[in-house]
Amino acid sequence: MAVRVQAEPFDPGAELTGFAAGYAESGGADLGAIVSFTGIVRDETGTLRQMEIEHYPGMTERAIAAIEAEAVARWALKAVLVIHRHGILTPGTPIMMVATAAGHRGAAFAAAEFLMDYLKSRAPFWKKETGKDGTAWVAALDQDEAALGRWGKGGAAD
Amino acid sequence: MIDVLYFAWVRERIGVPRERVDSSAATVAELVAELSAREPRYAAAFADLASLRVAVDQELASFATSLQGVREVAFFPPMTGG
Repeated sequence: MAVRVQAEPFDPGAELTGFAAGYAESGGADLGAIVSFTGIVRDETGTLRQMEIEHYPGMTERAIAAIEAEAVARWALKAVLVIHRHGILTPGTPIMMVATAAGHRGAAFAAAEFLMDYLKSRAPFWKKETGKDGTAWVAALDQDEAALGRWGKGGAAD
Repeated sequence: MIDVLYFAWVRERIGVPRERVDSSAATVAELVAELSAREPRYAAAFADLASLRVAVDQELASFATSLQGVREVAFFPPMTGG
């Protein structure tokens, strides 16, 4: 189980290769599925110059670790990786990635979606966009909060 | 003494990322009332509590949460990770 919160860029392909190799080396013959998701800085209107991500050092790592622990418990994951950047990012570059390893694909896909839903609304990151017309904080979406509903209540990450 | 942290537009509105506050507040809501009474920039930041979230000792909490034994309180807008 790994959590990395970092300013530095990362290579999603290399991370995924390392994630898979790390599990194989630990003797995991019961591994059947690895799912990964990479989030990219999107420029919907062609005007974004940069995105700045602020976070809450200390709480960020704790919150992600709690979300990871819940995912591992719910889907009996064999391994999880979460990487999330902070600082100044340019359009088209990776912001974050999650990878999940499980016995079967259903668990790996579900856990990856669960991790994404919780990272969006329960990990202390805030995005600020600078475009040609100035700078604005990205507002949280009601649909992101609503997405948590499908996972039920009462978990440690709630 | 309690460490009070501010993030995103809350930090920008108040003008500092963190400060030590000598407070006798029993709950987060009382701390908010004390800070809001200080200066207009605090009152402005705390004007709409529905648009704010709070963490107590780095765990998400509510405005009713007790501050007994608490070392750190943080105020911020809804999170936008991922």
